[in-house]
Amino acid sequence: MRVAAEIPSGAYVNLGIGMPTLVADFVPPERGVVFHAENGVLGTGPFPEPGHEIPDLVNAGGQATTLVLGASFMDSAQSFAIVRGGHLDVAVLGGLQVSARGDLANWRRADRKAGSIGGAADIAAGAKRLFVAMEHTTRDGHPKIVRECTYPLTGVRVVDMVFTDLAVIRVDSGRLVLEEVAPGWSAKEVQHLTEAPLLVSPQLREMTL
Amino acid sequence: MSADAAAAVADIPDGATIMIGGFGGVGVPHALIRALNERALKNLTIIANGTGARQGRPSSVEAHMVAKAIVSFPISPSPRPDDPFEEGYESGGIALEIVPQGTLAERIRAGGAGITAFYTPTGVGTPFAEGKELREIDGRLCLLEHALRADFALIRAFRADAMGNLVYRNAARNFNPMMATAARVTIAEVGEVVEAGALDPEAIVTPGIFVDRVVVVGGGNGR
Repeated sequence: MRVAAEIPSGAYVNLGIGMPTLVADFVPPERGVVFHAENGVLGTGPFPEPGHEIPDLVNAGGQATTLVLGASFMDSAQSFAIVRGGHLDVAVLGGLQVSARGDLANWRRADRKAGSIGGAADIAAGAKRLFVAMEHTTRDGHPKIVRECTYPLTGVRVVDMVFTDLAVIRVDSGRLVLEEVAPGWSAKEVQHLTEAPLLVSPQLREMTL
Repeated sequence: MSADAAAAVADIPDGATIMIGGFGGVGVPHALIRALNERALKNLTIIANGTGARQGRPSSVEAHMVAKAIVSFPISPSPRPDDPFEEGYESGGIALEIVPQGTLAERIRAGGAGITAFYTPTGVGTPFAEGKELREIDGRLCLLEHALRADFALIRAFRADAMGNLVYRNAARNFNPMMATAARVTIAEVGEVVEAGALDPEAIVTPGIFVDRVVVVGGGNGR
């Protein structure tokens, strides 16, 4: 929800599979945002009603989707020309870890021998602004915002903003700036759950949702 | 035009490199894959976006036929103990080359386009940079990536005409058009064939020059 508020009118946006796809639900249609799906669809709409799925129309996660007016299809080479060629205004990806200087790790966990990168590395390299939407800590309570990523990297210095359940953090010249805290949370409490040092913004405010 | 899927894949040998289209369970040449699995081949190299079975529907080459997979999405986000490919990757029985999806798409496109290699910023500073030449071009660090070509491409299209021109449907396009250009033999599974001239020249996505065999499998585009 907070991520959606950050997306400007008329922007071209790619939402990664998983949590980021939920962002679309909070972007009002009047804002004219156009969603790109890496599997070759520009102009995806809301999920269809059950029983009203359109044959062969899915998003990058394989979920049935719909089209908005003016949508188009393309092959994967052209889809990634959009991604890699710097045509996306905003991309939202999930994260396993984000480092102090804005590195992102989100394709392979430590406990598995392989991992799936999908389009994430290209998106990280090509998006004009990259937002990471993730939980602030793991299920065991370990920080996901770290000094240095220990998981294999998706991209180096690619993250612009991090949105968690506890905070909104901006990456600025290799430093993390705490811009917003969730209602009821203090900067100190958020820092306690963050391994990397946070600069507290002079304009620190509570998230409005 | 091939009589059937079995005839279309009859000459694929052990050790072949095969590109297979599809993404998110659509645009997958199910009939060709089934026919390939019937061949009980060995030591194949598969180039595809992913190799996993999706939603209970077998849309994958039999793992025991595969020696190497070049893919962007080898395993699902949550562990699937019943996935023979995941087991193969874990044990080392299947060699795995994970390629960022955009790089994979472009390597295949380059393979069909006669572009031997190209530089991309994707993957710089990550494990995907290992073993690759790193160069700064116009102030940006890039990796050298090489074209991919295959012996055979198994692709899925919506409709063909008698000249082998192809059109696709919705999100089923994905890797199919590039793969069609990058293999020595391109085999297209389609829902129907129309007469030459029935497809608008403006609308043809894969010109027939790239297509060698067409197999008609009725009933739409899968799923």
